[in-house]
Parts: sequence; structure tokens; C-alpha cells
Amino acid sequence: MGFTIGTLVLVSFLVSLAALAVLIWAIARNQMSFDENDARTIFAAEDARGTGIDDPSVSPEKASQASDLTGEPIVSPFARMLLLAIFSAGTLYMLAGSAFGLVASMKLHLPDWLDGAAPLTFGRMRAVHLNLVAYGWLSLVGIGMALWLVPTILGTHLRLAGLAALGAALWTIGVALGAVAIDIGWTDGLEWLEIPWQIDILLAAGGACLAIPLLVTARHRQVHHIYVTGWYYIGALIWFPTLFLVANIPGLHVGAQQATVNWWFAHNVLGLWLTPLGVGAAYYFIPRIIGKPIYSYRLSLLGFWALALFYSQVGMHHLIGGPVPTWVVTLSVVQSVMMFVPVIAVAINQHTLSLGNLDVVRASIPLRFVALGALLYTAASFQGSLEAVRSVNTVTHFTHYTVAHAHLGAYGFVSLVMFGGLYYVIPRLVERVWPLPSLMVWHFWLVAIGFAIYFLSLTIGGWLQGLAMLDASRDWMESMELTIPYLQGRSVGGALMTLGHVLFAVNLGAILIGYGAARAPAADTLAPAE
Amino acid sequence: MNRFVPLILLSAGILAFATVFLVIVPAAEIRTIAAPEGLAPYTEAELRGRAHYVDLGCVYCHSQQPRSPAQGPDVQRGWGRASTAADYVYDAPHLLGTMRTGPDLLNIGARMPSRAWHLTHLYQPRAISPTSIMPGFPFLFETKPEVEDGDVEVQVPEGMRPDGEVVVARQSALDLVDYLLSLDRTYPADEPTLRDNGFVEGEETSG
Repeated sequence: MGFTIGTLVLVSFLVSLAALAVLIWAIARNQMSFDENDARTIFAAEDARGTGIDDPSVSPEKASQASDLTGEPIVSPFARMLLLAIFSAGTLYMLAGSAFGLVASMKLHLPDWLDGAAPLTFGRMRAVHLNLVAYGWLSLVGIGMALWLVPTILGTHLRLAGLAALGAALWTIGVALGAVAIDIGWTDGLEWLEIPWQIDILLAAGGACLAIPLLVTARHRQVHHIYVTGWYYIGALIWFPTLFLVANIPGLHVGAQQATVNWWFAHNVLGLWLTPLGVGAAYYFIPRIIGKPIYSYRLSLLGFWALALFYSQVGMHHLIGGPVPTWVVTLSVVQSVMMFVPVIAVAINQHTLSLGNLDVVRASIPLRFVALGALLYTAASFQGSLEAVRSVNTVTHFTHYTVAHAHLGAYGFVSLVMFGGLYYVIPRLVERVWPLPSLMVWHFWLVAIGFAIYFLSLTIGGWLQGLAMLDASRDWMESMELTIPYLQGRSVGGALMTLGHVLFAVNLGAILIGYGAARAPAADTLAPAE
Repeated sequence: MNRFVPLILLSAGILAFATVFLVIVPAAEIRTIAAPEGLAPYTEAELRGRAHYVDLGCVYCHSQQPRSPAQGPDVQRGWGRASTAADYVYDAPHLLGTMRTGPDLLNIGARMPSRAWHLTHLYQPRAISPTSIMPGFPFLFETKPEVEDGDVEVQVPEGMRPDGEVVVARQSALDLVDYLLSLDRTYPADEPTLRDNGFVEGEETSG
């Protein structure tokens, strides 16, 4: 067995490492024909306003209408309606998902509350929460962000917008049906793959209808260079459909082998779908709002390919100590630690820019959300790499520590980036500024403080839970009982986060029905700025 | 990075590479093994019960994968020997789980073989463990003034059931308990290499 284990792990690791070395050599030798000036693509592609702080959330000054070389507006009136519909649906899913999450959280310390019917039981509400926020909120808003960003950075209008609208409708309906199915007890039963495969067909069709227009649009780009955001989106659009199809084929997987597919899929949903949606958006919004290019454009290429190489192989760290071959677990542990490479690359690029322009971070709420989200991406990834190490995992596996970590990634990182993106993009779509700017500030502090309480509670409680579980001299029940105050803390944090989400939804409702000052081209603004 | 097609091909290639190692090779190793002699396929009732275990989301709090003594005290807690891939040949969907908000259940049938205990515990866990945070599942039971022929009565302390009524199990509760009682992997381990043996106990140097 020693031969097989050693060989397989070594081969995969060495191939990944060799690919990375070739990439570094290619960048160093300028084999990739791009340079630091390409980082400025985002300022040139869309309009001629050049650099300078760009925060449309409260500033009424508007850049001139962006058109591509054929004279078509980059965002057509139809695309505008489509994007607003997607963002609204995603926000509704976020509200519903928050409600399910909060109730599920409270049920862990109020076990006799709402126990009268199966749809209200913890096991179902928790699964509905995950599916609503992962596939409803994050995926839908992430795709919406891609439908706006891909045409914007490539200087061309969205192709096949009608097909994209069909895809968005199918996806939205599929998520709703999936949530109802899980709540009435119709489930495929695998974490992250609960939605029944019959309903998955809708999601797969919807996903394809959304991916094709984006890929076709990318082929028609009118700038010479695909900005780094575009790589992440194109990669994600290739990866997620493959993952989704393979993992959902009914009857193909069984037993311990199914567990490897389960976690290959589930971790790649984070690594090769939600992460690129979030990192890609952050790579645009941070330099765009600040008005300066990222620190090192070459480094961003390294970060992207290293993410693809290493993140795709980390899933088996969810099965450490479990009934799958040692070599595959070890492989995932090694690649998890290697994730330091892409994460540091992204961190250097994004944080040097936002931390070097703290005055803009302070002044711009959209940037504040995105920059904090990007920081938490670094934190979540570092934590994840350490958590995959066997000695640490032995304590944290099977505990609430893991739940805190998952939320640091999916909420602290991706959700905050999406909030920032929505605060930036929606005023540009409706041509009005946010009508209730004070709610934006409240939203930020409620989710920042609420999430801090959430994360610290579960991290500390989960760690103590893990230590108690490993201590044979303590009754197992102690490991559960000691978590109660921390679970209550999590509910407090979750309630604050949910309140923040409601404030966001109120602001969104207000701007959509016509509140907020209209934005006008800068040239027409004669009055001096106040 | 200005080329669209190479970007797509390389991205797809990297994922395919990962899929070979994380999905295809483990499948080739695991899918060919035979069922252990001591493991029987689930009966019809056990499968119905298993379906309830799945649709009620028991997996979100209970794992079914005892660890090796080198990693944790699972054996000492009575959860059973470290499981191997052979213990799950009849499991679809798999229920390995990721949380131990409750204890591991892979051998709950051997550890707690009383049907009456399970029925009471499912109706109201706090009737047995006062500090438990497991939800009760009263909707798997019905309450009525008197026990009728063929009813399976459930022992529930007064105050935890409606006054003057008895609690009887519905078929769904009986099936679920049948499944729980079937969870017994106390036979000797088959295929001991098909598990994560990456933890080494104390002075031992085997790997």
C-alpha cells in the first residue's frame, strides 16, 4: 500500500508544483503578453472618465453614458431590468435564508420551540437555510454581478440577453422549488446537494442559459485584454456546471465513494464557484472605486492559476479520520496548505491598495464592504489551511468551529463583497443615489458587529467542544452542554446580521420604487460641489 | 492572459486533473470491494426508516464514522471500532456526517438495543436526557385517550404528553427505530486499509 499512497500523492503534488513553476517562469520571461498597464483596463474599457474616486452610491455625479465601439450601450434597458430583477430575487432569498438560519440557530438552545411539524424541525430548516443562501442569494447575486461586470470590463454589450433572462428565471424558480422540496422532506440527502436531482435539471438548464451569454460576450470583447476579474468569472463558469452535473447524476455514487464525490463537489462550490465570484468582483471594485490599479498585475495571474491548481484538490480534508483511503486525505491536506500561495498573492494585490487608501475606505460604504470582505477572504483561507492540518482538524472536525469557518468564507467574505457590489452597481442601473444613506452605515455596523459576535462565539465554543470530545475522562454530554452559551451568542450575532439585511432590503425597495436623488452627467452639473 | 480558448481549456483541464485524484481513483479502489460477511442489506422497513433519518436531517448533528483510537476516544465512548469503506456498501445516500452536536450513531443499534428507549427518546429526548438539545419529533407519534389493538404505546412521563392521553408510535417512528437498531458494525473490520490511517498512536511506528 505504501507504494500506491506515496506515488499518487507525490504525482499529483509534483504535477501541481511543476505547473506552478512553469507559470512563474512564463510570467518572469514575459511569455504571457501582458504588463502592468493592463491593470488599467478597467478604467479605459468603460468610459473616458479616467481615474479618481468613483462611488456612485451617494455621489450624484455620473459618468457619461457608456457605449461600446458599435455605439450600443454597454447596459441596454433590457439588461438593466434583468439585473435589477436578479438582484431583487437574490435579496429576497437572502432575507428568507437569514430567517431560516436564525430560527435554526435558536432551535439549538430552545429545542422544544416549534417542534410540532416536520417542516419546522432543525434538520430541515438548517438545510433550507444553506440552499437559500448558497444557491439563492450568493449564486444569483454573483451571477448578476458577472452579467454586469463581464460586459463592463470587456467594453461590449451583453450578448444573448434574452437567453440570460430565461436562465435567471429558471434558476430562481429552481431554487424556490428546491427549498420547498427540502422543507417537505424530499431531498437527495447529501450536504450541499440536498435539492432533488429532478429539480436540479431546472438549475442545470438555467445555469447553462446564464453561462452561454457570458462566454459569448467574452468572445466579442472590444478591449485587447481580459482583466483579471474576467479570468475568475470565465473559470467559474466552466467549473461550476461540470461539478454540478457530475455530482448530481442519480444512482452513480454510493457509500464511502459517494462521500468523496460529496466533498469534492461541496468544497469546490466554495473554492471554484463562490470564491471566484467574490475575488473577481473584489478585483474590480477595489481599484475601480479607489481609482488606482492593483499593486501587481503579474501576481494576480499567479494567484488565479494557483487557486485553480490547489483549491480543486482540497475537498477530502472534510473526511480526515474517515473511511476513505489515507492517500487521498493526505493529498487534500497538502493542497489545502498550498492554498497559502494564491491567497497571499490576492492579499498582496488587494489589501495593499485598500489599506493604502483608508480615507477612501472610510468615505465609501461600497468600498468598505468590499475591502472588509476581501480581508476576511484572506482570514478564512489562512484559517482553512491550518484547519486542514491533521492535529488541528482532530479538534475542530465535528464541532461548531467548522460552522464558524464556513460562515467566515461564505458570509464574511462573499456576502460582504456582494453587498458592496450591490451598493455600487444599483445606483448606476437606476441612475439615482441610495435614498437612505444612514441605513447603509447602520447596515455595515450591524453586520460587522453581528458577525464578529457570531464568529467568536462559535469559534471559541467549537474549540472547547472539540477539546472536551477528545478528553476520554469527560462524559461526552459535557462537550454538548458547554456549547449552550456560545450557541446563544451565535443567535444574538445572527439576529443583528438579519436586522442589517432588513435595512438593506428597505433601501433597495426605496430606490427601486423611485426614491433617491437622480444622478446627472458631471458636465451638466454647474453648481459647485458641496 | 488575452486568449479566451486557452483559458477555458486550461481551467477545464485542471478540474479534470483534480477529479481523477479525488473522484475516479478512490472510486476504483472503493467500488470493487465486497460487502463484509457480518453486514446484512437493509430490510424494507429499515430502508423506510433510513429515508426518514435522511429527510429529517439527522445527519446534520450525528456522524456515522467512529475514529481510530490513535485519533480520539471514540472506542472508549462505546461508538465502535474505526469504520472502513466496506461498512458502507449498502449506504445511499451516505450519512457519514460532519457534526457531533449529538453522538456518533454508526453502532447505536448495538449500544442501545431497546426499541422502547428509542421511541421515548424520539418523542421527547428530555424525558431521558434532561440537558439534551435534540429536537423532539412528536409528529411521528399520535396521542389518543386509550391504547387500541395493534398500537405500540410509548412510555412518556406525565407532563411531557397531553394530560389523560397515551402516546402511540406511527409507522414512521417504528421504521425509524428499526433503522437505528440496524446500525451495528461490531463485526471485525474488512478492508482496514480503506480508511484514513494517517494518525499514529503513541510509540507505534506503523504507517
